[in-house]
Amino acid sequence: MTKVILPELGEGIEQATISFWFVQEGQRVNEKDDLVELTTDKATFNLPSPCSGVLTQIFFREGDTVNIGEVLAIIEEE
Amino acid sequence: MESKIFDLGLVDFASARRFQQEIFQQVKDGILKSALIICSHYPVITLGRNYKEQNIKVNLQKLKKMNIKVVKTERGGDVTYHGPGQLIAYPIFNLVYLKKDIHWYLRALEKLIIDVLAEFGIFARRIPRLTGVWVKEDKIASIGIAIKNWVTFHGLAINVKEDDLFNFSLIRPCGMDIIMTSVESVLKKRVSIDEVKLVLTRRWQDDQGNLTRIG
Repeated sequence: MTKVILPELGEGIEQATISFWFVQEGQRVNEKDDLVELTTDKATFNLPSPCSGVLTQIFFREGDTVNIGEVLAIIEEE
Repeated sequence: MESKIFDLGLVDFASARRFQQEIFQQVKDGILKSALIICSHYPVITLGRNYKEQNIKVNLQKLKKMNIKVVKTERGGDVTYHGPGQLIAYPIFNLVYLKKDIHWYLRALEKLIIDVLAEFGIFARRIPRLTGVWVKEDKIASIGIAIKNWVTFHGLAINVKEDDLFNFSLIRPCGMDIIMTSVESVLKKRVSIDEVKLVLTRRWQDDQGNLTRIG
């Protein structure tokens, strides 16, 4: 089980907003594939998947604000 | 690895977008170290990820009659307008080799614009929490970026020609009631896109020697 964590995005950036998930719950994802897009300030940021596996749980939906370091989702590795 | 500058001239938004994708891939794959794509666009209204429909003030049919396209994009921010009177720059950088910091990168782009404008004798500035570049209270340049695998695309637009500012009245730029200004409006004289392009590309090349300097 791998926790997908919102990483540090830069100095002074404490949170980001989910624009959308490229992968839905229950779907397979490969390492480094696009997983979720977030927005902060005038930037969008694509978070790639940290590993290959099945995305079993998503904790934040489109439009939700997430703090740096929070767990966004869970991937069960194969 | 080398850094390249591509001047596309006056080009429609979609073609420039496709070209950006190609160059993005080359930077991502390490074929190019970085790139600067410069161009101007035919009139177009672009919608960033955070756009709200009410920030386009006229109906789509009117825009069609005016030959202004409306395009959704993956950049950050709300709605903006691009036209032939602006100089557009799309810097494609791999931030892994510079600094993995979105704020640092946004501030670096603002610094680049402020330095370019200073060469024309314009005192431009940042306003905290309002990404972009301002002359007094008016906006002279806009920024909207996207980052994938820490490689940047999209970028900045500097308003150069005064006669192109009118079309900003069709929208609420960035979802705010702001006044847009231009290089020509501030200097009260004619300035060509090419003049600004020359300064921008020269500064870009200067900064290649020590990229951290642009921060």
